[in-house]
Amino acid sequence: MRNLTDGREQIEVDATNIGELVAQLDARFPGFRARLCADNEDRIRPNIAVMIDGRTARKSMGEQVAEASEVHFLPAISGG
Amino acid sequence: MSTNGYKVIGSRPIRHDGVDKVTGRAKYGADVQLTGMLYGKVLRSPHPHAKLKGIDTSKAEALPGVKAIATAADLPQIADKIADLGEAVVNLRDSSNNVLAYGKVLYRGHAVAAVAATSRHIAAEALELIQVEYEPLPHVTSVLEAMKDDAPILHEDLKMTEMGEETDKVSNIANHFQHKQGDPEAGFTEADMVIEREFETATVHQGYIEPHNATAEWNEEGHLTLYTSTQGAFSVRDQLVEILQIPVSKVTVVPMEIGGGFGGKISVYLAPVAAVLSRKTGHPVQMTMDRDEVFIGSGPTAASYLKIKMGATNDGRITAATAYMAYEAGAYPGSPVGAGAGCILTPYRIPNVQIDGYDVCVNKPKSNAYRAPGATNAAFGSETVVDELAEALGIDPLEFRIKNGVTEGDRRPDGPEHPRIGCIETTEAAKSSAHYGASLEPSSDGKLRGRGVASGYWFNFNGGRSAISVSVNDDGSINMLEGSTDIGGSRASISMMLAETLGLSAKDINPRVVDTDAIGYTDATGGSRTTFATGYAAHATGKALICEMKKRLAQAWEVSADAIDFKDGLFSYKNDEEKRGTFKELSGKIGGTGGPLVAQISTQPDGSGGGAFATHIVDVEVDPETGKVDILRYTAVQDVGTAIHPSYVEGQLQGGVAQGVGWALNEEYIYNTDGGMTNSSFLDYRMPTSLDLPMIETILVEVPNVSHPYGVRGVGEVPIVPPPAAIANAIYRATGTRMYELPMSPPRLASQMAKNA
Amino acid sequence: MSSKVHVQARINGDDVEFLCEPRQSLLEVLRDVLGYTGTKEGCNNGNCGACSVILEGRLVNSCLVFGFEIQGKELQTIEGMGSPEELHPVQQQFLENAALQCGICTPGFIVSTKALLDKNPDPTEAEVRYWLAGNLCRCTGYDKIVRAVLDAAKAIKNS
Repeated sequence: MRNLTDGREQIEVDATNIGELVAQLDARFPGFRARLCADNEDRIRPNIAVMIDGRTARKSMGEQVAEASEVHFLPAISGG
Repeated sequence: MSTNGYKVIGSRPIRHDGVDKVTGRAKYGADVQLTGMLYGKVLRSPHPHAKLKGIDTSKAEALPGVKAIATAADLPQIADKIADLGEAVVNLRDSSNNVLAYGKVLYRGHAVAAVAATSRHIAAEALELIQVEYEPLPHVTSVLEAMKDDAPILHEDLKMTEMGEETDKVSNIANHFQHKQGDPEAGFTEADMVIEREFETATVHQGYIEPHNATAEWNEEGHLTLYTSTQGAFSVRDQLVEILQIPVSKVTVVPMEIGGGFGGKISVYLAPVAAVLSRKTGHPVQMTMDRDEVFIGSGPTAASYLKIKMGATNDGRITAATAYMAYEAGAYPGSPVGAGAGCILTPYRIPNVQIDGYDVCVNKPKSNAYRAPGATNAAFGSETVVDELAEALGIDPLEFRIKNGVTEGDRRPDGPEHPRIGCIETTEAAKSSAHYGASLEPSSDGKLRGRGVASGYWFNFNGGRSAISVSVNDDGSINMLEGSTDIGGSRASISMMLAETLGLSAKDINPRVVDTDAIGYTDATGGSRTTFATGYAAHATGKALICEMKKRLAQAWEVSADAIDFKDGLFSYKNDEEKRGTFKELSGKIGGTGGPLVAQISTQPDGSGGGAFATHIVDVEVDPETGKVDILRYTAVQDVGTAIHPSYVEGQLQGGVAQGVGWALNEEYIYNTDGGMTNSSFLDYRMPTSLDLPMIETILVEVPNVSHPYGVRGVGEVPIVPPPAAIANAIYRATGTRMYELPMSPPRLASQMAKNA
Repeated sequence: MSSKVHVQARINGDDVEFLCEPRQSLLEVLRDVLGYTGTKEGCNNGNCGACSVILEGRLVNSCLVFGFEIQGKELQTIEGMGSPEELHPVQQQFLENAALQCGICTPGFIVSTKALLDKNPDPTEAEVRYWLAGNLCRCTGYDKIVRAVLDAAKAIKNS
């Protein structure tokens, strides 16, 4: 996703949940929401995993984010 | 009692399903026999790539005993849709087309049509009477060839995704992604020693001994019941719902015992076809694959090409690394390159790192997960480069790994920080092991001996959905229903956690793996999640039972529930001798307090526990004449969190090692120039036998997982990751020859040694 | 297709009669005709040993024998070895040693082990590994299986 953020690896955002975070990122970097969410769906694509402070978030847009939280968007991984 | 303070956890009870399995009573998928059952067989493409011009089934239909024939025309056409089937993220249109080819066949072995008949033999005869008109197309069966601009294209509508963005480029490369931190070029400049190597690995199969099977019964009310051996009954249900476009309430999946899976029994192959044939005939239909079909028609794991570069300072600090990883997806996008890229350099703290992953379609079966998917290929490359770097710098290979090993708070190359993990503890335990301390005696008959080491990482899926439902019997025993299919002793480990919570013994629990109507949604047994997540649910269920028991006892004892204590397996009220007892003693005495004691819990743990690390040590002996490699001694060291049932934990390590040894030394799909696999039998696809292996020593390091009440860390997958690299490093120590290609089979090794001589 | 053949044999001590097609393997007959599903199919071409049975005292892969070939002969299958109440020592040691994971190869290994111990009651580890090389297990790495066989030999000797 660095190609959307002019190569920046870390972005700081004021948000209390994943939905707000995605909306803010999309406002600053158009296309961000489309990258993360399927057409018109209010949820993260199945092939993307969301990690908040090292734990796998449940991918609902209401998932809470604390003040100094670190959020990662990663390819979802399946196991054997 | 074990040393960790637990009473049940850490002990080695006999597994609950053991007697059924040693007496032949356990029912696997192919053991299902239903009244009026027909047998189905699949016709498979002889071409690796061709247009399907027409299928004439009339002659086959006329054969006495044939009851129905199915082709892709019997399946609804599905739009492109990505589904999250528990662990497997799949494109359902591709799944449907893989089950029965539509428009094109994409690999030799691709299912084209299926017959249901009154016997297996008649079904097989009927297949020969189906006339298929193919228009053969040029094919490509190697990842590097498939990436070229002029390669035959498998999917004319597949546009390459580049760094998350869909491009206009039609290509076999479905996806290119990148993880990057710091500045690798600057990091290499800082290094005193830089090594860059290329690697290739062959297509390999999970090799479960039980072939795929499915028995479908579509009744007159339109309800489909599907009996099958699967890692995930709910995953099968989801796939049937989507591929057949039927309501979820109309499908029941009954998980039979499963004869091995290793990642290969989550996707469906036969189930939707058996369902269609049952609908068409009005009879139950059973389908099983022959061994040949398992090889050519199910989902082996990806062949790959890797280029890895790593630099370090003279004092042994890794400054930078890059990895280029191209994995074969097979016929449809979705190789395990994503997971491989997330694991490849993870045991190390590397400030400047870049990993590029490519997912590439080729004319081979759609690749599937295989135990730590993608990570074994990756570690073969990275751990060889680590070994070369350590050697070039004159540092002991385990010391080098400890020096650069990750610990809590270090970042993974793909971004997130590690929580409390056991990477360094594991490597240190390997370094201080009896095996590593023992000297390796030279061979007396001219053979060459050497010792190698390698490490590995696997994420572990510390999450997903799991449900447990229990009812308590009057004698204090508990019937425990679960949705996790039991591939290797999980009934026992999950029962043990419930027993531990309640102060019972393992045999007080009667575990049953039940169908999809009988329990809440449970994700597949895979990703090393089952003992973790279903055990998490079992613990929570135990806690709920304790709470309920206190309420009941409060009524019986006429005291406040809050005043009742539960400690060391004993309920008690203050110091009242009359008002105390174990769960078992008391559960039969609460009859009149509100009906049977039951509890049901569904959970979705948050996955913060971190992954699993392993370090392996191997001694090999190489015959310089033939290139044959014998394993003399093997030790697997691993952070296992808390070993719930140590025997089955050891078994996971030993089994992973055996598969890794096969991958290292012999196993491969051998393709001819016509794009066909030439060794699709257990005779020619050489898996290790008892004669090929020594005893496999295990050292269980226990760094409890902080996100699990009993510290469980998935153990099943990571043990397959180090073996090929460890063996390659040992072969080098023995012969002076570095092997950069898997498998390191006798002809390959002999010819490489001859070249170097 | 052909008419069926009438076959009489003794299976696990019981006299059994059945009809089978000449092209049906013993494995098919056991599983599909007689319902003895403890004998497993892993490869159907003699390479995995999951279908091991003892025919006239000799260990064979039942997928490589025709059903009609057992006419007048004595056959032992996993169903004839021990019962849940009284397990055969080989079965007991497989449980004690946790020598099975998925369990699909287990009946074949147990039948094969019985055939070994009938001939050689005190095998070395190398002899066990050589004998069992015709039985594939993909789960265990054989370590615990070999230990179970050695322990079973000891248990039989001490009983």
